[in-house]
Amino acid sequence: MVLGKEGANQVNPRSPNPINTYRADFQRQPEAPEWLQSLRARGMARFESLGFPTTKNEDWHFTSVARIAEQSFHAAMTSKAGVSSEGSTAGMVARADLGRFTFAQPAWHTLVFVNGEFSEDLSSYAGLGEKVRVSSLANAIRSGTARPERHLGKIAAFESHAFTALNTAFIRDGAFIELEADAVVEQPIHMLFVSEGAGEAVSHPRNLIIAERNSRASIIESYICIRDNCYFTNAVTEISLGEGARVDHYKIQRESEKSYHVGTTQIRQARDSQLHSFSFAVGGSLARTNIYTSLDGDAATCTLNGLYLTDGKQHIDNQTSIEHIAPNCPSHELYKGVLDGHSHGVFNGKVYVHPEAQKTDGKQSNNNLLLSPTARVDTKPQLEIFADDVKCTHGATVGRLDEMAMFYLNSRGIGRESARTLLTYAFAADVIETIELEPMKAELERMVLARFASTAAA
Amino acid sequence: MLEINDLHAGIGDREILRGITLRVNAGEVHAVMGPNGSGKSTLAQVLAGNPSYQVTKGSVSYNGQNLLELDAEVRAQNGIFLAFQYPIEIPGVSNAYFLRSAYNEIRKANGMEEIDPLEFLDLVEEKLKLVDMDQAMLSRSVNQGFSGGEKKRNEIFQMAVLAPRLAILDETDSGLDIDALRIVAQGVNTLRSPENATIVVTHYQRLLNYIIPDFVHVLANGRIVKSGGKELALELEEKGYDWLQNIEAGAGAAA
Repeated sequence: MVLGKEGANQVNPRSPNPINTYRADFQRQPEAPEWLQSLRARGMARFESLGFPTTKNEDWHFTSVARIAEQSFHAAMTSKAGVSSEGSTAGMVARADLGRFTFAQPAWHTLVFVNGEFSEDLSSYAGLGEKVRVSSLANAIRSGTARPERHLGKIAAFESHAFTALNTAFIRDGAFIELEADAVVEQPIHMLFVSEGAGEAVSHPRNLIIAERNSRASIIESYICIRDNCYFTNAVTEISLGEGARVDHYKIQRESEKSYHVGTTQIRQARDSQLHSFSFAVGGSLARTNIYTSLDGDAATCTLNGLYLTDGKQHIDNQTSIEHIAPNCPSHELYKGVLDGHSHGVFNGKVYVHPEAQKTDGKQSNNNLLLSPTARVDTKPQLEIFADDVKCTHGATVGRLDEMAMFYLNSRGIGRESARTLLTYAFAADVIETIELEPMKAELERMVLARFASTAAA
Repeated sequence: MLEINDLHAGIGDREILRGITLRVNAGEVHAVMGPNGSGKSTLAQVLAGNPSYQVTKGSVSYNGQNLLELDAEVRAQNGIFLAFQYPIEIPGVSNAYFLRSAYNEIRKANGMEEIDPLEFLDLVEEKLKLVDMDQAMLSRSVNQGFSGGEKKRNEIFQMAVLAPRLAILDETDSGLDIDALRIVAQGVNTLRSPENATIVVTHYQRLLNYIIPDFVHVLANGRIVKSGGKELALELEEKGYDWLQNIEAGAGAAA
């Protein structure tokens, strides 16, 4: 029957096996160069064999992704596609929508992606200098240059990570940033991922950043939504740091509170390179941020700092991994969490010190502040050391607001609400203080203060 | 100004104050002395409104108000100040921000306009000199990394800025060397006026060489067992506290 055939071709959003939706969308992808088709196919095959992780998987012990796994998310339509197929412009994103997410810094280079697809119109990145090449990944692939092929999928491990495999199956667009040797980018490059917030859509942004010898840049990766809707972002960023290169990477996750976010940033560091990573996670109904770095070369250094703020029924999970492969590498890590309402925070920090990585100096701390009796946090520092001449420390704390400090403030005339705001802010302040990029620091301070002031008043 | 009547208070089931009666008038300095565990610090904390302590009996009236009904911040807004025995460290909050917030909250509560950071800086400059502290301390976190003496001087500095009507100094002299002690005492003396009153809680007579009290009360086992003039402090210094332990309470308060 004609009707029956139509029905069979329609994708049912409540399809019993959501993996079918991914499979159907995978097959429907436009043609791509052979190397990419093959990479995507390997990603899809790996995703199908791994399946979505369950809480039996050690890496996902405290985070159930059932809500993502059981829902059929369709490949997000882009604005352009929306216009051509529906004849509607309802989904268009305007520059004005983005003003409050750009840190009031018009001089910064901004690459805007809507539902994972690059928007030339909304972006501005002039004057980067001749040693810096910035383009959308889609354009780079289309141009036929071999450069994306050389690096893509080489850093982000999709063999063992289902979400990275899924992203790899859908590689289409994202940012492609290349810094030639000795290139110095004066102004930060901001990759701004906007979800229009069309319901039950998924996007798989894929970014590739190659920082060659002695180059230097600050790169911001932020995820926002202009409508409060349920959607899924599954992002992967690969960063290669050459000898002596320095990248300051900021991941700012402020998705809609109904959304799902899984984002992996994976880095490889050559000798003497420096990575400064700051992860700020405040959005999402269920959000997971992975920052994985590998210290491959002698005396490479990394600092992984982060702040997560949760409230309501949010679940925000942060996983970091530092692989000390080469000797003489210092790694420093400070993550702080402030948890309110019925929310659940997770921190898992892995540090592997390989047998050759002598003189490793690793320091990791995770401190959590519970603001409500129903908030919960699971923190799991995980050190595995196979070298004998190393210095590694780690510590995790979970606490509540200090009653004596509260009384001290009250005794000076500061009321309970203001005192609570002040103490909560103070708890978060020292990790924000580590941010070198002043406008970023100021904006996060402002956001955090505003958030705590409003929860104290609630 | 302050009338304490038969005040009983403690923590949990443990009663620490067992019937304190004391009257403090404007312009007076009262010293409350006593051995460790006599309830001196509890009295200071209860007057400042520490919610960890429960008042089980008695009354405290402050300028005609029932003090015990007021939250700690309201007491502070009404002019009560406690210099802590162990000042609290608050990492992440600068002294400037902390003290300006306090100053403005108190002004707001009293129907006055808030002042901005620059005006505030002018105001605190001379107060810093009073306690011999450097302006750099303003940008440091509250009491964090401060030496014992710096913490105590910071308490007196805060007191100088907030200009309370009733100041309660809880063992402000403990752990101070003689120079710091002089600085602290000088700060307190500068702030003395016919409108203000001070309660100095101390174990030792030493501080009272510099802050001359009008009245001295001896606390033992949660009661005032003896009251007198400043010479009582000298007597205690000489004889210690033991001879007082057996005296029944009831000597009452000095007026």
